[in-house]
Amino acid sequence: VGFIQRFRRHIVIFFAVIGPGFITAMVDNDAGGIYTYSQAGAMFGYMPLWTLAPIALLLVVTQEMNARMGAVTGKGLSDLIREEFGLRTTFIVMALLVVGNFTNIMAEFAGVASSLELFHVSRYISVPLAALFVWALVVKGTYASVEKIFLFACVTYIAYIIAAVLISPDWEASALASVRPVFLANTAYVTILIGLVGTSIAPWMQFYLQAAVVEKGITVKDYAESRIEVIVGCIVMIGVAFFIIVACAAAIWQVKPREITSAAEAAKALRPFGEYAYLLFSAGLLNASLFAASILPLSTAYSVCEGLGFESGVNRNFKEAPVFYWLYTLLIVLGAGVVLIPSFPLVKMILFSQVVNGILLPLILIFMVRLINRSELMGEWVNSRAYNVITWTAVVILVAMTVALMGLTVREMWFPA
Amino acid sequence: VAESLLFLTELMGLKVCDLKGRRIGRIKDAGIVPRVDPRRIDRFLVGGEWTWWMVRHDQVASITLDGIVLSDDHLTPYHEDEYMLRLVKDLLDQQIIDVDGRKVVRVTDVTFELRKANSHDVLLVREVDIGIRSIVRRLFQGIVPPRIVRRLQRGISPNSIRWDMCNIIEPDPQRRLRLNISHKALEEMHPADLADIVEELSHEDREAVFETLDSEVAAEALSEVEDTKTQANILESLEADRAADIIEEMAPDEAADVLSEMKESSSERILEEMDAEPKTDVEELLEFDEESAGGMMNNEFLTVADSASVGDALKAIKENEEQVDTLTTLFLHDADGRLSGALPIGRLLLAEGAIPLRRLASEDDVISVPVGERRDRVTELVDKYNLMALPVVDAHGRQVGSITADDIISVLRQG
Repeated sequence: VGFIQRFRRHIVIFFAVIGPGFITAMVDNDAGGIYTYSQAGAMFGYMPLWTLAPIALLLVVTQEMNARMGAVTGKGLSDLIREEFGLRTTFIVMALLVVGNFTNIMAEFAGVASSLELFHVSRYISVPLAALFVWALVVKGTYASVEKIFLFACVTYIAYIIAAVLISPDWEASALASVRPVFLANTAYVTILIGLVGTSIAPWMQFYLQAAVVEKGITVKDYAESRIEVIVGCIVMIGVAFFIIVACAAAIWQVKPREITSAAEAAKALRPFGEYAYLLFSAGLLNASLFAASILPLSTAYSVCEGLGFESGVNRNFKEAPVFYWLYTLLIVLGAGVVLIPSFPLVKMILFSQVVNGILLPLILIFMVRLINRSELMGEWVNSRAYNVITWTAVVILVAMTVALMGLTVREMWFPA
Repeated sequence: VAESLLFLTELMGLKVCDLKGRRIGRIKDAGIVPRVDPRRIDRFLVGGEWTWWMVRHDQVASITLDGIVLSDDHLTPYHEDEYMLRLVKDLLDQQIIDVDGRKVVRVTDVTFELRKANSHDVLLVREVDIGIRSIVRRLFQGIVPPRIVRRLQRGISPNSIRWDMCNIIEPDPQRRLRLNISHKALEEMHPADLADIVEELSHEDREAVFETLDSEVAAEALSEVEDTKTQANILESLEADRAADIIEEMAPDEAADVLSEMKESSSERILEEMDAEPKTDVEELLEFDEESAGGMMNNEFLTVADSASVGDALKAIKENEEQVDTLTTLFLHDADGRLSGALPIGRLLLAEGAIPLRRLASEDDVISVPVGERRDRVTELVDKYNLMALPVVDAHGRQVGSITADDIISVLRQG
């Protein structure tokens, strides 16, 4: 078989397995992610760009494990946690996951509200409509068509690249900053670094990615392609983050470094540089929020039902899988609902979700490494020793960063500046 | 809950004392030996101070919520027993198939029936519990006294599956034999239900089910699995001769679809193992482009000469018994072997036996497509003329296959 033919076969399989890795990576750039990247660019310009490459590496290491476990066992992460660590552990993990994801969902709907307010649409119109759209997407559709819509939504992230190009930032400086690590003994800078790592990896991603790999029917046979998809997904995601930081560095930091309070504020700051840059950035924010708001409730309901043994799946109806659909519906209705309450302490809730995230992520990562090293589960696909060293290093760094972020958040909650 | 019931969550951690009231340890697990008795708890595993002990069912005097009292002190240390199904280790939190409800469920708890036998207390497995009520029990197990847990769960409606309706899936064939696990009950299910179940299982469990099912049932279930890629994955995971047995039972067009989805090395290995006749059928179909009428059609169809009588046709149908379940249309050919007509089976039933078939077929030209016809044109024709079966012909007008309505439905569903 010629090289070209073999290459073509790989490409065909690659497109057949495309989905899980890309979608997970893209949803990771949600409203909260965009805010963190914007903040980094606005306050420190191009300087924090060097963190992106290591973040990509950390992401790839953890995501690859999920894809591998899904492909080898054909089981979701919550299934495996239940089977190997029992019901009580699963229940605690699921409870934390629901709380953490719920606050995330709120943040996404808040993102929808603020991005559409830039287009002068009242949140009392935009949020209910967005909630209805998200709900109907799953209840009225099938997984295959839902996934196609999501994959298409990934394309819209190009908006950020165009927005950044339109501002004409200092490309030379950004290229240089991407490879030159800079440490400053400055609380704000350290906070931003921790924030960048901390928001880049969330507990839901592990559950979503693995479940999506299983749902897609990927097996060890086409695992090689699946792994490439996961890696490409992470790189594209980091690419998008790069352009967001660069755009804000050029539009805000180069004018006058300052702190911003929301992603919508970052969009507004782009306005003097051209109407299109502003529109694209806002549209990107809307898309990211809506995309994440569609995935998170679904992923949460899936993980919980799988772990606790309730019927689940978009291919079943309301009557067959009541817990699944009720949980899904409640997450959306409540998540969207609280955004409409005028005096709701949204920022506090989002800070609180950082804390939940900080507790949950170490647990899940440790479970994952333990699961993937069980030969009765993974057979020849267990981690090699060298890979275990890398994995544990990644886990330790991620856990340290998340716990640090949690610490900073707790400080913020107790002693607001 | 009556006192004659006990849950596995309650059994776990129960104190075990000997006749003189000395404490031996706490219950860690319980096992049944299906070859001896499919329901009775045969051994209790007791975690003592130094080691785990094994208590036989006939060494137990009484079992209550307050503890277990033994009637015999001759305990043996625990050792692995391949013939024992351990409820905590092998069953709890694992997936099993609910044959009655036709779905895959995860075991949260087990309910026992407490019975007296020769003044001994015996535990019999009664049902497997799933759902919220058993989750509550699991969460509070060991934290809150069992009697309070019983009160807590009272308001929640139970969700249980009778033990004889539970089908355990065991990937290891040796252990399947030792534990007396068969998947016979699955064979009674509708193939479509079985396919739904299989789609939910992990790769290993799928393999286990398809290894043991009767080839015919396996073939039927496999063709109900929606995604061709999943079908191919399942067959590729089996031994080649086993996969060949299953494929032989499938309709040739479906078999060809699955085989063309596989890597060439795998499909060749399976084809090698197949019997000559089904193999040629499938190989013929593999030649065609999947997107064409040739790729959609089935080359098993019934055709008789148009000069034959109704009686001859009925005889031909009887001789091709294996096709009768899906047979809707009888095709006719002229003296040169060219397709000349199509007759719905129903019409044969109303006609006199001696009438030549030519007279029954409609006067109009029979609708057919060449093997190379595009897929969307085929669906269009079937829809337009409301056909149950559309004949496919070669360059000489001779029939090579037929596309039936269910082929069209699968094409449309795949989008």
